Amino acid sequence: MKVVYDKPGFLRGLPFTYCSGCTHGVIHKLVAESITELGLEGRVIGVAPVGCAVMCQSFFACDMIQAAHGRAPAVATGLIRAVPDGVVFTYQGDGDLAAIGTAETIHAAGRGENIVIIFVNNAIYGMTGGQMAPTTLTGQVTQTSPYGRQTDTAGYPIKVCEMLATMEGVSYAERVSVHRAPEIRKAKKAIKKAFEYQSSGRGFSIVEVLSTCPTNWGLTPVEALDWLADNLIPHFPLGVYKDKFAGEAK
Amino acid sequence: MIDCGILFAGFGGQGVLFTGKVMAYVGLILGKEVSWMPSYGPEMRGGTANCGVCISDKPVGSPVVVEPDTLVAMNGPAYDKFVDAVKPGGIVLYDSSIVHPEKIRDDVKTCSLPATALSAEKGLSGLANMVLLGRLFKEMAWGEIETLKTALKESIPPARQHMIERNLLAFKLGFAGN
Amino acid sequence: MAQRLLMKGNEAVAEAAIRAGCRHFYGYPITPQTEVAAYMSKRMPKVGGLFLQAESEIGAINMVMGSAAAGKRTMTSSSSPGISLKTEGISFLAGSDLPAVILNIQRAGPGLGGIQPSQADYNQAVKAAGHGDFKMLVFTPATVQEMCDCVFTVFDLTDKYRMPGMLLCDGLLGQMMEPVVFPEPVEGLPAKPWAVNGHRNARPGNLVNSLYLHPEALEARVRERFEMYKTIEETETQAECFMTEDAEIVVVAYGACARIARSAVTAAREAGIKAGLFRPITVWPYPKRELTGAAKTAKAVLTVEMSMGQMVEDVRAALEYKKPVEFFGRTGGVVPTPAGVLGEITRMAKGEWL
Repeated sequence: MKVVYDKPGFLRGLPFTYCSGCTHGVIHKLVAESITELGLEGRVIGVAPVGCAVMCQSFFACDMIQAAHGRAPAVATGLIRAVPDGVVFTYQGDGDLAAIGTAETIHAAGRGENIVIIFVNNAIYGMTGGQMAPTTLTGQVTQTSPYGRQTDTAGYPIKVCEMLATMEGVSYAERVSVHRAPEIRKAKKAIKKAFEYQSSGRGFSIVEVLSTCPTNWGLTPVEALDWLADNLIPHFPLGVYKDKFAGEAK
Repeated sequence: MIDCGILFAGFGGQGVLFTGKVMAYVGLILGKEVSWMPSYGPEMRGGTANCGVCISDKPVGSPVVVEPDTLVAMNGPAYDKFVDAVKPGGIVLYDSSIVHPEKIRDDVKTCSLPATALSAEKGLSGLANMVLLGRLFKEMAWGEIETLKTALKESIPPARQHMIERNLLAFKLGFAGN
Repeated sequence: MAQRLLMKGNEAVAEAAIRAGCRHFYGYPITPQTEVAAYMSKRMPKVGGLFLQAESEIGAINMVMGSAAAGKRTMTSSSSPGISLKTEGISFLAGSDLPAVILNIQRAGPGLGGIQPSQADYNQAVKAAGHGDFKMLVFTPATVQEMCDCVFTVFDLTDKYRMPGMLLCDGLLGQMMEPVVFPEPVEGLPAKPWAVNGHRNARPGNLVNSLYLHPEALEARVRERFEMYKTIEETETQAECFMTEDAEIVVVAYGACARIARSAVTAAREAGIKAGLFRPITVWPYPKRELTGAAKTAKAVLTVEMSMGQMVEDVRAALEYKKPVEFFGRTGGVVPTPAGVLGEITRMAKGEWL
C-alpha cells in the first residue's frame, strides 16, 4: 500500500492528548515538518511552557526541557548561550508568554537571542479551565471575566507581535492562524522561515499562531474555527510585523 | 606578637578605603593574617567612610574593628565618633589641618600632623591620607619603606601605576614629620 | 607555594568559580553582592566564558537552568531579596535534577530590609528554598579562603548528586578583603549524558522535566531523591571544632558569626573558662554527629547568629533536646561583637542559664 500521508518523524508518534478541535496538534505538526524538512533534528532543544502545551515535551522527538511558568525565554537564553549551534525554540501560550513571562519575553527579544518562539494565542488560559488571558478580547466571557472583559478594570488585550516588532533585537515577527487550510499553509511557511533564520544565526524570531480552545470557549470544534476567524483575526490582524531579512536571498 | 585593629575614618573621597587597603597589603607582605572591612552602603559616594584593618599573627576573628588599637581620623566627625572606642593604651592619629579636637584622651597616645597643609605645600594635594599613613608607619615601627612601595604597587591598578611616586612622596613627608 | 592575594570575598569567590570550571554566569545587581557580577563581567570574556546581566533575578535563575540543563557548570549570585525571587527557579532545578550553584551574600530582611550583613536567610536556604519536597546543599564558609574552597566542593557535589547547591555567605564576607590562595583550575569536568544539548542523531532525545501528572510516579521520584539525601547526610557533612575537647560551654556559630564567636571563645579561655567553638561548614546536610561529639563535655551550648535565631532549632534537634541550648543574636544588619558573645559565655560559665 502506498503511504499518502504520515506524521513527520520529528513527532514521536504518541497520540495527542489535546481536546477535540484544539489546534495545538496542527501547530505541533507544522513545527515538526519544518524541522524535519530543514534537517535540524539533531541540533534542536525545545523548551516546553506551563499550560496545555507542556505536553509538547512528550511529543517532539528531540531534547526537551520544561520551564517554569513564563520563564521559557530565559531558559532558552541559557540554552543557546551554552550551545551556540543549537536550534533552540520555545513553545508558549498566551498566559505564559504575555502575562507571567512578559519580562522574559521582552528581554530575550531585546537581547536578540538567537531563538524561535512559537507563541500560541487562543485568548484564554486553557489548562486551568478558561480564565481571562492578557490576550482575551474586550467583552469576552471567561471564568474570571464572567461579565465579559471590562476594559475599565481589566484593561485591553495585549498585541504581542505589534509590540515586539518595535524592538531592534527582533529579526522576525509574524502572526498567522491555523483555522483554514490556506492559513495553515501560510503558518507553515512562517514557522519554517523562523527556524531557517535561527539555524543560520539570524537572531530572534517569533511566530504568533492564533489557535482555538473549543473546550473553554464553550464551542464545538467547527464553531471555534469560525469564532477565531470572526473575532480573533479582526483584533489580531494576520501578517508580517517585522522581517529584517525580507527580500534577502537565503 | 602583632595583633592589632586599625580604624581609618573620614569623608568619602579622602582615600580612606584606599589607605586601609595599602595598610592591609603591608600586613600581607609581612606574612601576617590580615583583613580589610569597609563600611559599605549608600554613603560610598560621599559622606562618611571608614574601614577596619586587622593585622595579626593569629587568624583574624571579627574583621569589624569595634575597639581599635589605632584610630586614624581624617576629619572631625570621624574623630568625635570613634575616639572613645579606642582601646586604652592605643594610638589616635589625626590630621590637625582639619581636625580640631575638643577632647584629648589621656589614656591613649594622641599624635597629629597637619597632613592636608603639608601635602598641599609640596604640591601633593589630595594625598593627606598618605601623609597620615607615613606618620602611622613611623609610630608603629613596622617594616621598611620598600614594604610600603610594594604595597602601593599592589593597591594601585596597573593603569595608574604612575601615581605610585606621588603617593610615596606624600608617605615620606609623613614618615619624616613629627 | 602559590601566591597569597588580597581580595574581596565577592571577587575571590567569582575567580574561584571560574577556576572550578564555571563558564556561564547570570547576574543582576544588588548590594552587597554586586562585585561578583562586576568581576564576572570583566573576567568571563577573557576565559571564553559568558557573563550575562539578566532582566531580573527570576530571569537569571532560569538562564542558569538553561545552561545547567545543557551540561555546563553554571552559577548565579544575589543577596536576600533577590534570592527570594530565585526560589521558584531553585525548586525547578531540584525537581529537574539539575546541578547549579547559587551564591547568597545575605543582607538584612524582611522586605527591602537593609544592606548590612545578616544570617536571617538560614531557614529559607535550609528548610524552604522553594516549594515542594527537596533539599539543597548549603555551605557556609567563614573566610574568603573558605569561600573559594567551598565553590570547588559545591560544584563537584552538585554535579555528583545532580542537585542545586548554595554558598550561604553574608555582606561581611562578601565585602571584606582577606588573603587567599587559589586552588589550581579544574580540568576534565564530569560527563553529563543526561544534558539537553541536541541529540546530534546519536541518541534518543533527552528530557529535563519536573512535571509528573501521576502522583505515584512523583512520589516515587521524590522518595528516590530522599534516599539520595540520606546518603548525603551520612557522607558529606563538614564542620570545624575549635577547643571543644574539654569545653563546658560550646558555642555554635557559622559563617562570619563563627569568626566573632571564635574571638570570644579565645578570650574566654584566656579568662579561664573552658569554652569551645563548633562551626558547621555545611548546614544542609547538618553535621549532627559532629555536633553531638563536640558537645560531649558541654554543660550548655550557646548558638550565635546574625538573626533572631534560626539555626538554633537545628542545634537543639541535633542534641536531641538533652542539653540546654541558648541563643544570642543580633539582627537587622547589626554584627555581634566578641565582647557581646563573651558576656554570654561568662554568664553561662557561672551556671546562670536563662
